[in-house]
Amino acid sequence: MRRIASIASLLALAALALLGGCGEPQFSDAEKKIIASLALNTLPSLKPDTTNQYGDVPAAAALGSTLFFDAGMSRDGTVSCSTCHKIDRQFQDDLPQAVGVGHTNRRTMPLAGVARNPWFFWDGRRDSLWAQALTPLENPLEQAGNRAAFAHYIKKRFGERYERIFGPMPDLSTVPANASPLGTDAEKAAWNAMPAGQQDDVNRVYANIGKALAAFERSIEPEQTRFDRFAIDLATGAKPEGDAAFSPEEILGLKLFIGKANCVTCHNGPRFTDNAFHNTGVPTVDGLPPDRGRVDAVAQVEADPFNCLGKFRDGDESACRELRFMVKGGPQIMRAYKTPSLRGAASRPPYMHAGQFATLDEVVAHYSKAPLSVEGVSEVHPLDLSDRERAALVAFLKTLSE
Amino acid sequence: MASIWRYILAGLGLAALLVGIVAAVYLTLPQSASGPDLSRSKKTANGLFVASFEPERGVVRQGELQSWLLTLKTAAGAPVEGAAITVSGGMPQHDHGLPTSPQATDYLGQGRYRIDGVKFTMSGWWQLHFGISAAAGSDSVVFNVVL
Ligand code: HEC
Ligand code: HEC
Repeated sequence: MRRIASIASLLALAALALLGGCGEPQFSDAEKKIIASLALNTLPSLKPDTTNQYGDVPAAAALGSTLFFDAGMSRDGTVSCSTCHKIDRQFQDDLPQAVGVGHTNRRTMPLAGVARNPWFFWDGRRDSLWAQALTPLENPLEQAGNRAAFAHYIKKRFGERYERIFGPMPDLSTVPANASPLGTDAEKAAWNAMPAGQQDDVNRVYANIGKALAAFERSIEPEQTRFDRFAIDLATGAKPEGDAAFSPEEILGLKLFIGKANCVTCHNGPRFTDNAFHNTGVPTVDGLPPDRGRVDAVAQVEADPFNCLGKFRDGDESACRELRFMVKGGPQIMRAYKTPSLRGAASRPPYMHAGQFATLDEVVAHYSKAPLSVEGVSEVHPLDLSDRERAALVAFLKTLSE
Repeated sequence: MASIWRYILAGLGLAALLVGIVAAVYLTLPQSASGPDLSRSKKTANGLFVASFEPERGVVRQGELQSWLLTLKTAAGAPVEGAAITVSGGMPQHDHGLPTSPQATDYLGQGRYRIDGVKFTMSGWWQLHFGISAAAGSDSVVFNVVL
């Protein structure tokens, strides 16, 4: 009898092993579908931004690239976009909080695929790439400039290039050297003393600076990774070869990511982001001012004169549906932040909106524990992952950086 | 020798049974989490109207801001004109609301209202609740969308 039992169980095991494919990576059809949806080859080509008619004009992108790296675009001539968005570091700076003219409160965001975002910044307080670019230029902690000074600077340094793209520069001869509605008291006073037409002229030049910068940023796109090679092979049924083959640990990590650990509910699509805002219970940082995330950004983007509904937009208002239909209140946007892309994340610690976590291990431990949010309600629930599962998730995330 | 073959046969039989059980469990699992009512046309909660809800361009795309059409008829089949419509919703299993605030933006005639600004950012079960006020009275209806 014992012999019957042992032979039977052996055979049953063999049958199961056959079903399981003898250790070959095996994914259900549902899993395969999700994996395919994450691969970079499903990223659609970049749609034109109708609010920026210069978005795909090469001369505008070239000027934008010059401005992006030009430290002259700051109050004291020391800070450019590239001070924080470093070209050889995925356009970020490896710091928990960015440092420009002063120390900021937020982590520098990488820029790969940025032109595909409906919202900009961790809290989405800007609604276009060109409106976003105008914010650091005048932020006293970043480039700390003012729009009147930028208009004069552009005219002096890049006047001809500017005019070839955007048409004639307005007459700036009576525009104060320093003036802005957002600047120091003196700059505000100077701004308020300017006639409306002149304010408009300066704002128009300022918006065009943003449009040139955006045209350049549109060229920054994510690159293919080991995960994408694996995913393509899986989809086509080819046997992943060389570095496209995943280790059992990486496969377990991928399965957790799209399964039990629920990561893919928010980190979805080929950029691993749903472009939406969530409270995930990330802790505050001692010493930084209160940060309530999306809930405070709503009023800011509505008040931004450069938003999609403002007069500096090109094209028609049909491009403004994200702004028009945004969620303006409710508990779900308290301490909600934009889901970041996970492409390249493994090679750019620290993590989260103020660099709260130094390593991916800490990130995954956070999701496993899912602490309550200091304010608002966290959408993530404890996963109680084992050591092995946490390590597997980290191993998988690394395949998005190789 | 013959007896060994009998054992192997018995073993095969057992294995087949096991495979059968595993397969049966596998096949019934998705159904046991029996999904929500996915009909795109239904009576409103108090039976005042018949509502139908369709994506304006026919397909539902995850992550895209889309417009849908809500068509309202009276129980007798007449189009409902001049309705005031409120939209809310969310993901019942995730305990969160909609990522956008869809609105009824246009009346297209024949009881058809454009509901613009609908976006489903994740796969899974979504719900849209409509509050409807018209000459015949106020009523509500819930549509489920599973991505
Ligand atoms: C002092 C460092 C610093 C400088 C200078 C700087 N940035 Fe940033 N950038 C950041 C930080 C920090 C964030 C996130 C800020 C936040 O969420 O409040 C950010 C966010 C962004 C984003 C949003 C990305 C996304 O996914 O939403 C873009 C785009 C961007 N910066 C482009 C620029 C451009 C263009 C310039 C130059 C005009 C610039 N930055 C200058 C630090 C900097
Ligand atoms: C409810 C949506 C949601 C889920 C589920 C989710 N994330 Fe996130 N993720 C976010 C948001 C939002 C942030 C940014 C939070 C912040 O900065 O406060 C983030 C940040 C991260 C970061 C940091 C990236 C960076 O550049 O700073 C990593 C890594 C990450 N998530 C991995 C995961 C993994 C792994 C899982 C599954 C265990 C997961 N996420 C599940 C929404 C989510």
